[in-house]
Amino acid sequence: MPGKIKSITNPALRLQILSPEDVQRIHSATLEIIAQVGVRFPSHWALDLWEQHGAQVDRETFIVKAPPDLIENALKSAPPVYTLAARIPEQDLPMDGNHVYLGTDGCGVEVIDLYNGERRRSRLQDVVEIARIADYLEEIAFHWVALSAQDYPAETRGLHELRAIWENSTKHAQTESVYNQTEARAAVEMAAAIAGGRENLRKRPVLSLMQCTASPLGHDGGSLEAALVAAEAGVPVGFMTMAACLTTGPATLAGTLAVGNAEVISALALVQLAHPGSPVFYAAAQTASDLRTGAYTGGGPEDYLFGAATNVLADFYQVPLSMGSFATGAKQPNWQAGVDNSLSTFMACVAMSDMLLGVGFLHGSRIWSYAQMLLDCEIYNIVYKMMQGIPVDDETLAMEAIRAVGPGGNFLAQKHTRKHMRELFVPQFMDRRPYNVWEEQGDGPQDWALARARQILEKHQPEPLDEKLSKELGRIIAAAERG
Amino acid sequence: MHTELFQAMAQSIIDGDPDAAAQLAEEAIEKGIDPLTAINQGYVLGVNFVGDQFSCGNAFLPELVMAGEAMKAAVAILEPEMQRRGSSRQMLGKVVLATVQGDIHEIGKSLVGTMLSAAGFQVFDLGVDVAVPKIVGKAREVDADIVALSALLTTTMVRQRDVIEALDDLGLRPKVKVMVGGAPVTSEWVAEIGADGYSEDAIGAVEIAKRLVGAG
Repeated sequence: MPGKIKSITNPALRLQILSPEDVQRIHSATLEIIAQVGVRFPSHWALDLWEQHGAQVDRETFIVKAPPDLIENALKSAPPVYTLAARIPEQDLPMDGNHVYLGTDGCGVEVIDLYNGERRRSRLQDVVEIARIADYLEEIAFHWVALSAQDYPAETRGLHELRAIWENSTKHAQTESVYNQTEARAAVEMAAAIAGGRENLRKRPVLSLMQCTASPLGHDGGSLEAALVAAEAGVPVGFMTMAACLTTGPATLAGTLAVGNAEVISALALVQLAHPGSPVFYAAAQTASDLRTGAYTGGGPEDYLFGAATNVLADFYQVPLSMGSFATGAKQPNWQAGVDNSLSTFMACVAMSDMLLGVGFLHGSRIWSYAQMLLDCEIYNIVYKMMQGIPVDDETLAMEAIRAVGPGGNFLAQKHTRKHMRELFVPQFMDRRPYNVWEEQGDGPQDWALARARQILEKHQPEPLDEKLSKELGRIIAAAERG
Repeated sequence: MHTELFQAMAQSIIDGDPDAAAQLAEEAIEKGIDPLTAINQGYVLGVNFVGDQFSCGNAFLPELVMAGEAMKAAVAILEPEMQRRGSSRQMLGKVVLATVQGDIHEIGKSLVGTMLSAAGFQVFDLGVDVAVPKIVGKAREVDADIVALSALLTTTMVRQRDVIEALDDLGLRPKVKVMVGGAPVTSEWVAEIGADGYSEDAIGAVEIAKRLVGAG
């Protein structure tokens, strides 16, 4: 039995964050940036494409200046709705604007060991174990590569990571760890093997690719080429801006939105020019840099506002959004982690971001914590419940029960109570015990979350990948390693 | 003598105003003021003031960067005059700075460069996506005290080790110290590749650099 996936749908809450006029102004500023300031595309392949379509290209600086109508027309061919496929169709994820799906975050470099609690460098086995736990959790709809397999060679590490995910989970894999065209070709070949051929992959992309921009106003050449390779095969590709107020973006939020928007839509336009109609998505994790150190913060009110505002932009361009929420800057699962991850996730959800990234990290997406992974799922469950709002009708007004109980009684024994009580939120990790019990036992949410993670890892058996397929993935990787 | 001019110089640094700083430097040369005196009695007081304000929480990183830019503008004007007089500023050390090959991420590296310059290091910034031989060659050419290497990706971080190995091969270590930085860099990685120091931010990088040249 494939695990069901818990997505937020038919939202009852709404938020007004940017007016249509605001969006239009950001869009106009963005087009002006792309046309007059330009965006750097350090890939001759990308520059050739821009040139063929009439953009102004500087071969020395790699800066492209593209006229507004070129960008706007290119974006029109992006499909507004498509599906991220899973190994089994029951776990497919429609990108239709009416679902919020949660993923694991990525790509970190250290992990707090699930058993001895020590912080250490990440390796492939960690990718395996996180994939198994994520496969079990109904809150998790898809995978990012959570941790870098640093015990494998840098050139093909991304392929080993993908294989580890597919061998340990039936859910969709979105990799943010494939940065060049050679690796992308092999990743596409692996995905085609899973999907049952190139044509099937196009219909049911079991893989999607997420590339980071290089803010401000730049891209990485290898990332662009990897995206072009994936798009040709119909594998959905997205570009994520992490523009940060103060350093890689202006100090103002609107300005940072415009800079990031110019990066993302120029890249999506390029992909559409190369492969019209190929599925693409917007991705973002803007924040504000710390005023004292300039460091990436992974939280704070600006971060939360970006979480909601960016979906308004993605909706304007009619493409799905993959939004960075969670990913606290906190060093352990604590007060700061709770504040950051609750507010960023609530804001991204209330705006109905299609994909949420993601659970499990501390210290600004660097250190994986299994406790944080489970606690983040609980935050998602709280937001999930909130997004259902307050239905008001004859049944929910409960007049019959109110009449029966009258002044001074209680509702515990009412049939209406029995019928509806399971609609109330039941926490897994919140401490609602009497004070003396807490005092005597001395444990808490972190301990329970860790125990749960261990239990899942030890008991859950993911649906195995066909042995022949597994071998085929190994063969593709070996071929890529031979070069 | 020249008290007002020196005050204005310090103020141009506090205001983070490169144009004003440069103009005051020209004025000093016209008046025949020794450039080293202008720096030490004028501009440096501004740098120290901004540094103190930062330390007690009244100033923020952009103000440090702008003060650094203003200082750079003043020094650029004063430098030829210093050479003419055969004098030179006492620097804390020479740093060769680069983002390693395969990696185009610039901002953290550049921020470290600005902070090191402002703190009194001579910085040779080679830019981004820099190959190992170029970094090592520059270190030998300028007789560097420190090589500082940035990488944002786990896949490019391995180049930091390559640079250290190349420095070793040329017998430049341990005279040349190596600092590394970037989001994926951890203390474990630093120990493994035998680097001499690392910091998660530019302010910390200055402290490390000072320590490595025995000035901290």
